[in-house]
Amino acid sequence: MHRRTIGSSVLLFLLYALGSGASLAAAEVPGAMPSAMDERVRACTSCHGVQGQGLNNDYFPRIAGKPADYLFNQLTAFRDGGRTYPPMGYLLAFLPDDYLRKISQYFADLQPPYPEADHGNVSPEVLAAGERLVRHGDPARKIPACIACHGARMTGTQPGIPGLLGLHASYIAGQMGTWRSGTRHALAPDCMHTIAVKLSDRDITAVSSWLARQPRPADPRPAPTAAGPLPLACGSQPQ
Amino acid sequence: MKPIRRSPDWLRSLGARLGFGSDRGVRSGLSSSGSSSIPRFVTRLGKPRHTMRSLAAGSLAAGLIASGAGLLVDLPAMPLITTAHAAAPQATPAAANATTTATTAVTTPTAAPRSDLVKRGEYLARAGDCIACHTAPRGKLFAGGLAMDTPFGTLYSPNITPDPQYGIGTWSEDAFFKMMRTGRKPDGTLIYPAMPIAQYTKVTREDSDAIFAFLRTVEPVREPNRKHTLRFPFNQRELLYGWRTLYFHEGEFKPDPAQSVEWNRGAYLVEGLGHCSMCHTRINMLGGSSQREQFAGGLIPVQNWYAPSLTSDKDGGLGDWSIEDIVDLLQAGISKRGAVYGPMAEVTYHSLQYLSDDDIRAMAVYLKSLPDNRGRKSGPSATPDAQVFALGKQIYADKCALCHGANGEGQLPHYPPLAGNQSIEMDSAVNPIRIVLNGGFPPGTKRNPEPYGMPPFGQELNDTEAAAVVTFIRTAWGNHGLPVTAREVNALRNAPLH
Repeated sequence: MHRRTIGSSVLLFLLYALGSGASLAAAEVPGAMPSAMDERVRACTSCHGVQGQGLNNDYFPRIAGKPADYLFNQLTAFRDGGRTYPPMGYLLAFLPDDYLRKISQYFADLQPPYPEADHGNVSPEVLAAGERLVRHGDPARKIPACIACHGARMTGTQPGIPGLLGLHASYIAGQMGTWRSGTRHALAPDCMHTIAVKLSDRDITAVSSWLARQPRPADPRPAPTAAGPLPLACGSQPQ
Repeated sequence: MKPIRRSPDWLRSLGARLGFGSDRGVRSGLSSSGSSSIPRFVTRLGKPRHTMRSLAAGSLAAGLIASGAGLLVDLPAMPLITTAHAAAPQATPAAANATTTATTAVTTPTAAPRSDLVKRGEYLARAGDCIACHTAPRGKLFAGGLAMDTPFGTLYSPNITPDPQYGIGTWSEDAFFKMMRTGRKPDGTLIYPAMPIAQYTKVTREDSDAIFAFLRTVEPVREPNRKHTLRFPFNQRELLYGWRTLYFHEGEFKPDPAQSVEWNRGAYLVEGLGHCSMCHTRINMLGGSSQREQFAGGLIPVQNWYAPSLTSDKDGGLGDWSIEDIVDLLQAGISKRGAVYGPMAEVTYHSLQYLSDDDIRAMAVYLKSLPDNRGRKSGPSATPDAQVFALGKQIYADKCALCHGANGEGQLPHYPPLAGNQSIEMDSAVNPIRIVLNGGFPPGTKRNPEPYGMPPFGQELNDTEAAAVVTFIRTAWGNHGLPVTAREVNALRNAPLH
């Protein structure tokens, strides 16, 4: 998408040049991205990266390429109280749904390169436990596999389930913690809360550490549909 | 609602200042600048918080009277708040998973065509911004329950849906009008001035009836009111007699026959339903709003935003604004002179964007006519420390000039000019500091549905850097602001974001 954006810019540039008949002047065209959305969302990109790729810290996650409905649900949750992070709630307080949908689609359509996967010392046992939960869950505790909803490639599922790659371990762990404690809500039924309350600290460390160490997916796009019925009902993903 | 952190130091200092009777004392007691002892309140998310300066005012004034002046008469028959609400069970929290926000649409539950009276009532309810306080985050429309933090405790707005048990379903048109005019409930209970009773008293009978007719059409909500949690002695409702004696002047708006119809319409909206003076008139020594200082601006306690002067004076006033600029700012949220932000963004979002061109223009005409006391600031800019100025200039070039222009000229209409911008150069530095730290989007309005946002810089600038860049924009390009310190910046990092 990054390339596509540049492509669009070049196209716009050419159109402008043709239209004006003065190709040299075109070099001065400000804000070459279509619809000027990049200008409008500077308040987002100053923290989440120009392409929504996220910054190298735990507060500003990757938002690019996530399904638009997922992003919209998060924006309205921040605005209306389902997620509690005051700087986000403040920024979104007086933005109407239509605009939030447009912002969501804008970032959903971006697909910037993934950051380097996490390194650092985590024991092979922990990583193995993480992979097991992600791929198979824990049927004895009625914990479904992450990939059952988030897709075999872990890049999410349209329209409402986010990808799990390109995020820092501490960010993922932090979100699992807020779901477990009930400070982060999703649309009812809140399946992630149901799952998170069954997870121990050790589970959360294992899953988040393993996920953050996965390489960039060959195809980063969310799966168009779930492979089968979801293991439990989720308000964010109508079935 | 999370507990509120109190600040005994702050209360002590306020008390001491009140004791000295210094007008300025209260102001600085409530002011944030340079003070680390501001009471900080936990933010309720999802909806802007509401700070009741008038309530604080009332309680303060009443407290003073009760403790010192002995003006308070014995009124045993008046119910205390604790008893008045004793029967009301704790509200059930609004379903956390409600999927829609009730704040975006005002709808009627029935498909029946709505009468002109109801439509007019809806419009007037917009003008009065009833929804901002009487609808809680994720709550049902007009079901109340919004927490309003004050320095003296928390109030919860009541349910004003037509539910007969928990709302105002048993009220008559007369009772509603009496409440608007007198600031009393049908049973005689005095209403805390968190409700703009000193302003709504100016509303005509006709308009009150229309608003009531509209409120009768909203969906009744069976949700009990939440009990206020004011601390003693502020939970003594009788104390409101003191406040009312000083600051409540009952009576309908009186048109000025020497002025135009348009001016009078604007004055009626600004002084009445619009209740602009709730924020734009500062708190005086007794915690009330003096007529003399009407619309001259003031710091909003708890929220920690500065509501600028609306008069034509030197400090943030409208003296050199055109009518068009004022109209644009109020209605669209952006103008050639600047954008609304903070608590004013909420007013434009919930209320002013829905008002007719004629009404907004009338308000602008009235505001523009407010007297010019001191004239615009003139003369040379203050000279800040050269190193601070240089650092600020560098940061400005790196981070701000892209949008606001190399010389603070802005890019209209979306990037406000900073040169000659009263929001930047006014005496209080609270707003420019907070905007640099927190950024912000102007509200999404009918005229500007997709606003351009200002990034927050609080996470990338330290206190010294933020102070330097704010100092730079306040003193560069002929601006007449004063330098700010890293300490002032630091104090505002903890200001509530809602």
